Amino acid sequence: MKRQGCVWKYGDNVDTDAIIPARYLNVSTPAELARHCMEDIDPSFTAKMKLGDVIVAGENFGCGSSREHAPLAIKESGISCVVAKTFARIFYRNSINIGLPILECPAVVDSAEQGHRLKIDLQMGQVHNLTTGLLYQAKPYPPFMVALIDAGGLVPYTRKRIEAGLLPASPSTFSRERPP
Amino acid sequence: MEHTLAEKLLAARVCDKEGSPVPSERSEVWPDDLVEVAVDVVLANDITAPIAIREFEKLGTKRVFNPARVVMVADHFTPNKDIKSAEQCRLMRQFARTQGLPHYFDVGRMGIEHVLLPEQGLVVPGDIVVGADSHTCTYGALGAFATGMGSTDIAVAMATGSIWMRVPKTIRIVYHGVLQPWVCGKDLILYTIGQIGVSGALYKAVELTGSAIADLSMDGRFTMANMAVEAGAKVGLISVDDTTHTYLDDRALRPYRVYQTDDDALCDQVVDIDVSQIEPQVAFPYLPENVRSASEAGDLQIDQVVIGSCTNGRLADLHVAAKLLRGRQVHSNVRCIIIPGTQQIYLDALRAGLVETFLEAGAVVSTPTCGPCLGGHMGVLAAGERAVSTTNRNFRGRMGHPDSEVYLAGPAVAAASAVAGCIVPPEEVLS
Repeated sequence: MKRQGCVWKYGDNVDTDAIIPARYLNVSTPAELARHCMEDIDPSFTAKMKLGDVIVAGENFGCGSSREHAPLAIKESGISCVVAKTFARIFYRNSINIGLPILECPAVVDSAEQGHRLKIDLQMGQVHNLTTGLLYQAKPYPPFMVALIDAGGLVPYTRKRIEAGLLPASPSTFSRERPP
Repeated sequence: MEHTLAEKLLAARVCDKEGSPVPSERSEVWPDDLVEVAVDVVLANDITAPIAIREFEKLGTKRVFNPARVVMVADHFTPNKDIKSAEQCRLMRQFARTQGLPHYFDVGRMGIEHVLLPEQGLVVPGDIVVGADSHTCTYGALGAFATGMGSTDIAVAMATGSIWMRVPKTIRIVYHGVLQPWVCGKDLILYTIGQIGVSGALYKAVELTGSAIADLSMDGRFTMANMAVEAGAKVGLISVDDTTHTYLDDRALRPYRVYQTDDDALCDQVVDIDVSQIEPQVAFPYLPENVRSASEAGDLQIDQVVIGSCTNGRLADLHVAAKLLRGRQVHSNVRCIIIPGTQQIYLDALRAGLVETFLEAGAVVSTPTCGPCLGGHMGVLAAGERAVSTTNRNFRGRMGHPDSEVYLAGPAVAAASAVAGCIVPPEEVLS
């Protein structure tokens, strides 16, 4: 997927109710969720955003509920990456787990404005602001998370480990009761 | 070496690459270590379980790691509010039956998950609990390492009995002094979030400690640990003491191990709070950090009051509300909705005469549900409406229309405001 597109700029503490309001959580199909992405803070988002666009936000992006529906809605809507100063921890895990690219890079957030064009190289962790011509380096991932991302998310990563016999696949092989 | 409570709890359950627990003498962990830990309880609800089940099926695993340790609760959109949520619940119910989960809780036996699990003795000190619900951190009040995750993490934990974690740094918050009248755990945690901010504890463990915590009931402690996530924390921990043991005496389903923090353990930050200076608090829209004293709320007319939720739906909360509503009337402009956290709490409230008090005051009493807290059902707000709620979030649109407003408070401020028709401290309706 080409990770190049226009900036959708938001502030600090964008919560998961803003990303996908709870009234739509009576379904879990990504396509249906994507239809309501960012609805309550930006009603124009779904109509105007284009494939490859980038969400750029401040601190604590994705705070609040654990709903995986939030990164699922963003990913399915066609956003190619979320760049923020920091992410709330559950949203961070969820994004890595489901394969929504996210980068922590405060300098991009401070300089990028609504409508700027960004080009993102995930392998290098680099963000190129094509509008201003400036290049930024995002915070690198620890090797373990690179392995998760490279595997395509937590489910394919775990499936490989189970198939390699590295993890128990049934309760009979694995007792979790405490030692006496 | 000296360690924080969070580090000790994780170290005790660290696994090797094959997923087997590492003997405790080799299992020291430090902040920012990425470790795999064995989990004791895995939790999901009617919103998060359907995705977890879908991902579980992709893992190629037939059975959950231990049916007795996978808990599912139908609490968010139940009793089902529409056909779509009924379908979600059916999916979870079928999975629970197929997997033979003994701790599946449906309408009639259910409660709001984070009130229900401790009540049923399903979580004990020393446990590692992962739940597909952000308020899973509630069980930190029992000295368990409990944290919220997404559905995919929960799918993997259900299949393998283990999950990866980053060992968090710790913020220690020390509460000392004696509480003012009507001040409860909710006021302390709201005040704290007002001090450190909604990202003040991002990725970190919070240890809630000090003489004022020692004096607090379990109900108040659950309320405080519950809202640790509203400061961004991974877990909100309270040390096990006599109050905890007494609470667990007739309910813990398993023997448990108690870990204590080391006084000299390296903390990222220590915050001192003198609780005697804290009045009943209110968090204004649209963030839980927008906190001020109820006495400084100004003249704010309200349309609805909700008393309940995983934060304040426990018996102690209902007693406080009843004290203020007894012999008084809910203001004619206000709908007052009271939601006991579990079937047992509902029954206890009924037997104690609280339900009668609420009905006579003009409030409604609902079966346990998360319902209005997340704008699901049972009290959704229209545009421009204002609610005082004992829940945990006041984000834009949280309880309904994006132009409605939620003011977070404890049960005393909520009940007093229901009578007054505007946001007031409890004393105001007593005079």
